[in-house]
Amino acid sequence: MAGSQWELPPELCCRPMAFVALTGLDVVYNAVHRAIWDAFCANRRADRVPISFKVLPGDHEYPKCRTKRTSYEWYIPKGILKTSWMNKHLNLVPALVVLFYELDWDDPQWKEKQSECATKVEIVRTSLQGRNTKVAVVLIQKKTPLPPGEDLVASERASALCNACDLSGKSLFVLPHTDHLVGYIIRLENAFYEHAQTYYYTEIRRVKSHKEFLNKTTHQLLFVRHQFKIAFFSELKQDTQNTLYYTVYYKTAYSLVHELRAHETNMLEIKTMAGFINYKICRLCFQHNTPLDAIAQFRKHIDLCKKKIGSAELAFEHAAWMSKQFQSFGELFDEAIKLGLTAIQTQNPGFYYQQAACYSQDRKQLAQQLCYPSPDPLDTQSTGLDFYGQRPWRQGHQSIDPPDAEKEKTGILALQIKEKDVPHSELIIALLSNAVAQFKKYKCPRMKSHLMVQMGEEYYHAKDYTKAVKLLDYVMCDYRTERWWALLSAILSTALRCAYLMASVKDYIIYCMELQGRASTLKEEQKSRIEKNLMKVLLNEIPDPEPECDPSSVAAARLLWSDRMALVGSNEFTIEVQDYIPFIQCKAKFQSPSFHVDQPIQLQVLLKADCPHPVPFSKLAISLSNQEYNQWCVLESTGQDSMILSPGKTKCYNFNFVAKTEDVGKKIEVRGVFLMLGSDRGRCVFLSWRGAGGDAASTHEALQASRSSWRWVRGLEANQEPHWDSVSMQHSTMIISRVPKISVELNHQPPALCNEMYCLRLTVQSQEEGVAKDVRLTAGLKPGQDANLSQTTHVTLDGSVVCDDTAAALLPDIPLGDLKPGEKLEKCVYVKCVSTGLRVLLFHVAYSISTTVEGQHIICKCHKVNNVILWPVGFFFFFFGFFLFFQFEPLDRVAVDIPFLLMTDILSSSPWPLLLASSSLQLLTMTSNTKQPQSQLEQTVLQTGESASECFCLRCPPLTNSNNTVPTGQYLVSWRRQLSCSDAPLIHTTVTLPHVILESVPLYIYADLPSFGRVRESLPVRYHIENRTALVQEVEMAVEPSDAFMFSGLKQVRVRILPGSEQQMLYNYYPLMAGYQTLPQLSINLPRCSTTNAHSLRRFLPQRIFVKPQGRQLDDASIAAA
Amino acid sequence: MAVCIAVIAKENYPLYIRSVPTQNELKFHYTVHTSLDVVEEKISAVGKALGDQRELYLGLLYPTEDYKVYGYVTNSKVKFVIVVDSSNTSLRDNEIRSMFRKLHNSFTDVMCNPFHNPGDPIQSKAFDGIVSGMMVQTG
Repeated sequence: MAGSQWELPPELCCRPMAFVALTGLDVVYNAVHRAIWDAFCANRRADRVPISFKVLPGDHEYPKCRTKRTSYEWYIPKGILKTSWMNKHLNLVPALVVLFYELDWDDPQWKEKQSECATKVEIVRTSLQGRNTKVAVVLIQKKTPLPPGEDLVASERASALCNACDLSGKSLFVLPHTDHLVGYIIRLENAFYEHAQTYYYTEIRRVKSHKEFLNKTTHQLLFVRHQFKIAFFSELKQDTQNTLYYTVYYKTAYSLVHELRAHETNMLEIKTMAGFINYKICRLCFQHNTPLDAIAQFRKHIDLCKKKIGSAELAFEHAAWMSKQFQSFGELFDEAIKLGLTAIQTQNPGFYYQQAACYSQDRKQLAQQLCYPSPDPLDTQSTGLDFYGQRPWRQGHQSIDPPDAEKEKTGILALQIKEKDVPHSELIIALLSNAVAQFKKYKCPRMKSHLMVQMGEEYYHAKDYTKAVKLLDYVMCDYRTERWWALLSAILSTALRCAYLMASVKDYIIYCMELQGRASTLKEEQKSRIEKNLMKVLLNEIPDPEPECDPSSVAAARLLWSDRMALVGSNEFTIEVQDYIPFIQCKAKFQSPSFHVDQPIQLQVLLKADCPHPVPFSKLAISLSNQEYNQWCVLESTGQDSMILSPGKTKCYNFNFVAKTEDVGKKIEVRGVFLMLGSDRGRCVFLSWRGAGGDAASTHEALQASRSSWRWVRGLEANQEPHWDSVSMQHSTMIISRVPKISVELNHQPPALCNEMYCLRLTVQSQEEGVAKDVRLTAGLKPGQDANLSQTTHVTLDGSVVCDDTAAALLPDIPLGDLKPGEKLEKCVYVKCVSTGLRVLLFHVAYSISTTVEGQHIICKCHKVNNVILWPVGFFFFFFGFFLFFQFEPLDRVAVDIPFLLMTDILSSSPWPLLLASSSLQLLTMTSNTKQPQSQLEQTVLQTGESASECFCLRCPPLTNSNNTVPTGQYLVSWRRQLSCSDAPLIHTTVTLPHVILESVPLYIYADLPSFGRVRESLPVRYHIENRTALVQEVEMAVEPSDAFMFSGLKQVRVRILPGSEQQMLYNYYPLMAGYQTLPQLSINLPRCSTTNAHSLRRFLPQRIFVKPQGRQLDDASIAAA
Repeated sequence: MAVCIAVIAKENYPLYIRSVPTQNELKFHYTVHTSLDVVEEKISAVGKALGDQRELYLGLLYPTEDYKVYGYVTNSKVKFVIVVDSSNTSLRDNEIRSMFRKLHNSFTDVMCNPFHNPGDPIQSKAFDGIVSGMMVQTG
């Protein structure tokens, strides 16, 4: 019933639909009728015509129609709109009455039935006396009708029936009770709908016709009433073509309402009507998807009505009405959104709910001011109103002055008393939570918080402190993180009052703490009062009540507090202050980010109080990640005198302790700082900071402090105590091992060469004062590098032999024994790198030593690391070449079974001289032309950039398979550094020789000739020509003339050479000129074998020869004499 | 003329709030704070579309029953909010704009002060003067 007076009537809020009454249906006992009725009312979707059906008995009494007024001349209206009117036309007066009657065209008792039907129609007509309601008859038939025009009996009887019932042909329907019932019903429905529209149309005409009788002076109310009726009827008519018509009608009605003369007595009536019409307009605007029109209309409505407060004594009524206006608009808006409208952040239903809540708050305040408790409650049970918005004690009265002043007074008093019982807070909270839901949807977190604060305050007023605190707590942290201190302080003050009234000790302490803190915007004296209260609570006394608390609640609170006091136990509270801004700030710092294990660890805790008076505390404790150290970090007051924090002053507390040797390499963290306020005798409160202190605001403050260099300088000048903001927290420290006092040196000769046993000489010298015990060396490839490196790097301590692939990449923990002070130790480590590329070697010397820190005897482990970067280089470059035996001409392919030369070149790029101990060939298919090929490089020393060559004469035996590429073999070199000691192992390097391409020649030709000739001395040259084919070869040979030689022999010859045999040709050349001379060219032609040309044969032959000048015996002697 | 003028830091905490003393100061704090919802929304909407070239003046943020709240955001995301009485219909958009410009200029002067630490509440007589000039004169 709360606020029911202000609820909009349901008939206003529903969607008006044409009302059609169905009579003559027995839906209880007759199955056929039941089916028909179900077809009418079931499944009414939007695509069916908007009609509301009702089954009424045939003799139903419809509301009586009052006699029509012929003249309005002396008529004075009593009010605007009767409360019964809308309901009457929605549910009582039908637009059409349909009479259902079971009658077939070929019914044997046709005459009797016809007259019975006519009687029934007559009954209905009589009860509708004076109304324009249409009547229609539906004949329920068992047979399917024939197509129109074919059934002559039917048409004849139909017209007879129409005559008998006084119906037009259009009002008589036939409903065959067959399979297609729903289809027939829908057709019927549409026909009914047309009739209903006609009815409402005539109703509109009728109301409109009244207008001309009215005059502006006395009938103002009627103008509104008629306009409203027209609009309502046209809405009932549901004219789909002109949907905007009735909006226009309503708008006209709305402006007419505001033309009424308003005075105190009829203000409520005017506002009520204006509210109704406004509701209709807004609703229609939303329906027609013109939300902006709806909003504009609503704004206009509010602007017009805002100031129409009416009677000052009943001002709360206005507030209630305004609240309802906003609420119902918000609901309409919300409903439209559910149907698909999109709202935006700045225009959503939330604003309307919020405003509604706002007016409800006004209403509550006004009610509190205006409604005094009255000793004489008046019976206000009114039996209902005739007109909307009138006073029950003077209904229908329209004059400016109330008819009875006394009655008016008691009436107002009664309303005021009634208002007192209204649960305002409930209404307000409901509206606010509606608004909260909306603002959540439209991304307004701050608006949401604000509304929640209001809700919390409302709960506080409603004395539901638990809920209030819950809500306020929830939003407090938003305001805290956004740093709106003024708002936070206001919320905290409310929360503190709640906590006081509930006697919730922990909450009370928390709020007190924060209200005294630096973020609070309270005045100094308030802070001081709160601090005093807090001290009382700590002493287990009752705190003074908060100001602005209701005295009666204070009394109740006192009782609660004394109950709390009596309670033994539960007097210890731990408060996590991290998320608040408490009145004591704390920062803990290790003096250094790391400490050596042989140094004491220094931890400093800084505390600062922001409250107006000094705060005593009884204990300060720190929890560290290793609990064993906690015992060293406790500060407890001894006896009576407790430690005191002065307001605004920073206090420093230092703690020293020795780390355990097991913790080397670990971090020590401050897990929390605890400060105990109060004592065991009263209450004790532990303020607990997670980590190294700091609270919700300190991060920002530290940031600001770091930005401001100026302030820091000022802090230095003061120099007395550290400037709070510039102190940074150091919440963890690393314990690192003691600094080793030994030297580790490495001697080696970079670069390392691939495959060699690279020697690194390690020298460890102790500079310790005591004995370094258990010295251990870890040497090898530093872990964490490329995985391939560990496969290609091998470390060993034995340098006498070349290590194989099984040697490890890292040798861990090689014991080196103890080292006395000043003693020196050497060790050689050999590294073999199979591949080139950078790698880091690690040399890690660890030992333990005992030492004393702050009187404690500890054994420290020390270690020293030396890293070496190796970049092994490939230092040999091999070149191979194949050459013709005589001519040293490079060959790209090797002829089968013809000797050729293999040349090897070794180029050294090593910065160190290298000793080549030996070299050898390991041949595969090839055979050596010489018996036992001897290494030509034995014991050769190669300097940087020098190269060593070898030459081997090889021959490729004829191969059976057709492969024309064959592997040659491998070349093996044994070497070491020249400077390394002689017992250093030799290193063997193997290189695979390139493959050769084979070719077979049909004819092989070679020449026997001396290595040089002499001018004018005979030079015999024998050419051997071998036939390598299985055929007889015919060879044409000719020697071409040459300037440098005379010759004797066959100049041109044609010979036949049998397969496998050889032909020799002997020439005697006679050189004429000294120096390199081109031999006379031997041109060879194979007429039978055209594939081999002369040129390919000619390359086997020497082209030139060196001719020495003629010897001069005399000259030689003279030269010798000289 | 304004009934409340506020400067809000980039991180949305107040740097400066002044309201006419006759009315509930706390209410204005709430009004300004809630208006930040709209400011944030507008900034993020514009940020996506135009990048740097945006209008600093955000216009009417939202109308309440009693007040109109206008917003302005500098390039460094410092927000200015001016609250005007709804009944004060004489104020045009242009005048609001010029108020914001004046406020921005004065704010820039404050920032130029080497002794001012950006992010700290504004304590400047000159700024106070400018704000007072824009407030509704009471009494």
